[in-house]
Amino acid sequence: MTEARRGAVEFRNVRKEFGAFTAIPSLDLSIAPGELVTLLGPSGCGKTTTLRMLAGLESPTSGRIEIGGQDVTRLPANRRDVSMVFQSYALFPHMSVAGNVAYGLEAGGLKGPEARAAAEKGLDLVGLGGLGDRLPAELSGGQQQRVAVARALVLEPQVLLLDEPLSNLDARLRRRVRTEIRDLQQRLGFTAVYVTHDQEEALAVSDRIVVMRDGEIAQIGTPRELYDAPASEFIADFIGEANVVDAEIVATSGGQAQVRLGGLLADMPARGLLAGPARVALRSNALRVGAMTGGGLDGAVATSAFLGDHVEYEIDSALGRIFVIDDESDQPLAPGTPVTLTLKPRGAALIP
Amino acid sequence: MTSQDNRRLDLTLAAGLIALVLMPWYRIRHGFFGFDWLADLTTKRDLWPALVQAVTGRWQLWPILALGALAIFLRLTRAPGASRGRALALTGAAGLVWMVVEGLSIGLRGWNWGLLETTFGAVGGQPAFGAGALILGAIFTLMIAFGQAERGALKGDAFVLGSIALLIALVATFVFYPILSMFTGAFQDFDGSFTTEGVARNIIDPKIWSLSCLTGGYCGVAWRTFFLAICTAAGTTTLGLAFALVATRTAFPFKKSLRLLTVLPIITPPFVVGLALTMMLGRSGVVTQWIEALTGFELGRWLYGLTGIWIAQMLSFTPISFLILIGVVDGVSPSMEEASQTLRSDRWRTFRKVSLPLMAPGLANAFLIGFIESMADFGNPLVLGGSGGVLSTEIFFAVVGAQNDPARAAVLATVLLIFTLSAFLAQRFWLAGRNFATVTGKGDGGRHAMLPARVAAPVIGIVLFWGAFTIAVYALILFGGFVRVWGLDHSLTFEHYQRAFGVALDGGLRWTGVAWNSFWTTMRIALLAAPLTAAVGLLTAWLIVRQRFPGRAIFEFALMMSFAIPGTVIGISYIMAFNLPPVQMTGTAAILIACFVFRNMPVGVRGGVAAMAQLDGSLDEASLTLGAGSGRTMRRVILPLMRPAILAALVYSFVRAITSISAVIFLVSAKYNMATAYIVGLVENGEYGIAIAYSSVLIVVMITVIGGFQLLVGERQMRRREHKLKEAAA
Repeated sequence: MTEARRGAVEFRNVRKEFGAFTAIPSLDLSIAPGELVTLLGPSGCGKTTTLRMLAGLESPTSGRIEIGGQDVTRLPANRRDVSMVFQSYALFPHMSVAGNVAYGLEAGGLKGPEARAAAEKGLDLVGLGGLGDRLPAELSGGQQQRVAVARALVLEPQVLLLDEPLSNLDARLRRRVRTEIRDLQQRLGFTAVYVTHDQEEALAVSDRIVVMRDGEIAQIGTPRELYDAPASEFIADFIGEANVVDAEIVATSGGQAQVRLGGLLADMPARGLLAGPARVALRSNALRVGAMTGGGLDGAVATSAFLGDHVEYEIDSALGRIFVIDDESDQPLAPGTPVTLTLKPRGAALIP
Repeated sequence: MTSQDNRRLDLTLAAGLIALVLMPWYRIRHGFFGFDWLADLTTKRDLWPALVQAVTGRWQLWPILALGALAIFLRLTRAPGASRGRALALTGAAGLVWMVVEGLSIGLRGWNWGLLETTFGAVGGQPAFGAGALILGAIFTLMIAFGQAERGALKGDAFVLGSIALLIALVATFVFYPILSMFTGAFQDFDGSFTTEGVARNIIDPKIWSLSCLTGGYCGVAWRTFFLAICTAAGTTTLGLAFALVATRTAFPFKKSLRLLTVLPIITPPFVVGLALTMMLGRSGVVTQWIEALTGFELGRWLYGLTGIWIAQMLSFTPISFLILIGVVDGVSPSMEEASQTLRSDRWRTFRKVSLPLMAPGLANAFLIGFIESMADFGNPLVLGGSGGVLSTEIFFAVVGAQNDPARAAVLATVLLIFTLSAFLAQRFWLAGRNFATVTGKGDGGRHAMLPARVAAPVIGIVLFWGAFTIAVYALILFGGFVRVWGLDHSLTFEHYQRAFGVALDGGLRWTGVAWNSFWTTMRIALLAAPLTAAVGLLTAWLIVRQRFPGRAIFEFALMMSFAIPGTVIGISYIMAFNLPPVQMTGTAAILIACFVFRNMPVGVRGGVAAMAQLDGSLDEASLTLGAGSGRTMRRVILPLMRPAILAALVYSFVRAITSISAVIFLVSAKYNMATAYIVGLVENGEYGIAIAYSSVLIVVMITVIGGFQLLVGERQMRRREHKLKEAAA
């Protein structure tokens, strides 16, 4: 194994069946060393199964998995150079925090005092130095989560696996901890595979996002690519709650397309499409709601809800009912009010 | 990975080689661990290891040597991997199959079946498997497991595969092989040849199947047992429900002490209740004498027979039913009852239309368990049966008494087995999914409705009467040991205790009492059996809950089914299976331990499964991803978290080993006599005083053990809380 390959992950034609049910028909995926890749998708899409196969907790029915250039397909979990942060944290309740962190080191042959010292270092890393003697039950949820991360990290694995690590935290803590995880990853430079069903979380932490659906990869790309150029209606809907509507490409030139959306004309990247009918993803926060003036997409407010810093509308238009997040006006319009929608720059994307 | 595969295999093969080349292949009569056989090694042929046996003419061992050599050849020439794995697994399987075939075919005096003799010609006989053979059998089993591990089965986890393979081999040997032997035993003549004569004679025997009691005659033993079981089940369910209702839904002041009742059947050797009943209501019983003196009416022997057994079983098994029905009664969601009350129903209507129907499946469950308990009961019928026994005692007398008719015992045992297994299957399939009890773990607001007055009064009455009766019976047990001659001379004495448990101090401590011998044997065997039972039971529970291997459901089902096999059937089947080669164990301590382990294991499994279900599966997985193997995970994570379940399994199997009688009575020997069997012997000789004194000592010992266990568990929890408090203060 060359040092350059350390931390690389390779799925080759991996298939997983549970009895008669095929969870993953055929998966090919490469992850570069030092990359943080998120597996994103609705529940049942196969993202957790993929992660568990990488951890060695499930065996693929066929195919090949490599970590750091080495075939690990038949290697049991305890002999793979990966470690995992569990959704429930899975801290051993009968061991102290330090005992939990030292556990993997001792399994690896480190003797008691050395393992303790290393565990203490690991706890310092996540800002929990000095709490080693507590039992997990005596820590807060956020602290427990960090113990779980420390326990996985002290083993210096090639790849760190995180299975929905934030789902048991409240919203505010979630934002802080995800930043901490991203910082640690950038600082220490390990490869990480991160499973979540929360698109905001995925956009926030990832180098690349793998969106999965029914066991297949729907799209791989950087957060920007996924957001700006969704490969399908599913992606457009899943990333950033877009309205997918019928449109017509009037003309294309130099990679740009002029698109007619009801009464609205807009320019956007052509993405290789030619003139004719097409589908367009309209970001809900990229539409401006204005008084009836013409020159936009005309419609009427169906429902409105005031949510503090923004107003959510559903607007009936010629293109169907459209969901809009308006963070400019602070006075919600009453249902029935006629309005015109106009498009902010980069607010829409053609779907190939 | 590969180096580990090889190291594991090297150790296994080395052990196999030792078993073949150095260990005596056949059983040594005076025990392997005595090592006095070493002196005779040169003269006695049966002491030689397999290699020498094979060279000197025992050709049946050639295939075993060849397969052993093949395994070593595979190790040396092939790299670890799927193809070697398959070859190893096949070699191991072939080795096991051949050992079973040759072991069963060739007995002490040559071929076991005449057909084989005429086909292959005569062959020299062979003794039972000994140390070498047993080790090699385990090695072949492990070879199957390790072969599968190399093929990548169950993620290549050799520890899990090895445990599964050994467990299946053990359960096959100690549960299914004996039952099969019993069936085949029914079809064998004295010389081992096949005959249907015994079965045909017994299966139509009117003594078993006659229904003439319907027309005023005497019914067959099968029907009487069935009738008794129905009566006992109905009675214990009714009484159990009454107790459960009083304990949970009345303002009865002594609810806590009612729950103590549930401990009684665990600590009471099964025949003790019968014994106490004879002392109370028998011909010279206190109550009998009192009534006769008062009325001048001759009561006679009414207690001996089904009536007496029924009363004794009601006393013995009502607490079990009580224990089940407390859960059922508590499990009915209070919000159902409150809903009913808000829908204009009074308490009586709510009880009749809502509570009772919701409890119905639970009641049926208690009924079926009462039925199985009554069928399997051996101790009470033995003491109270008189001339009209039940199936379990008839089985006993068929082999122990003068008739010595194994075919009859086998037929009776089969009938008993069919009854209990039917009840078990009904409980498992018919009742499964019909449980309305709503135990969700979430707090279900509301309070249970109190019993309506018109139900509460009679129910409390019944409970008071039965509670008083139970207390009287147990008081009698404790008191009876101090009375000189029961029914004749009621002066107080320590004589019985002195005869049973006397010690002399002349020149060192001497255990002069007659009970000491069996008492120490019992303690030793129970102490050996308890950890084994707990280990095997919890390991099995772990495999069932945490590992997904093919056939898991069947494995679990078969284990649970073995719990429905009455002890008498186990006893008779062990005798039939382990009295002759290939596995000969009768008269040893090992057979008693094996019997306890595999008879009590299902309870350990059930407790372990329940405890394991509360442990999040990601704990195991976390340990694995942190680099610990299955063995380490088990030792460092699972076992510490399961400590209460382990202690419970230990105590339960210890106590059960002391109190059980039904299977034990077939398996005891002069050298290894158990307390219960010894007491039954005393009862048969009419020595009630010592018998009852010995019984009370056993009960006190068990109360001490259980009480100590409760203290231990309670203390643990307290320490935890104290720790928390200190933490909070700091």
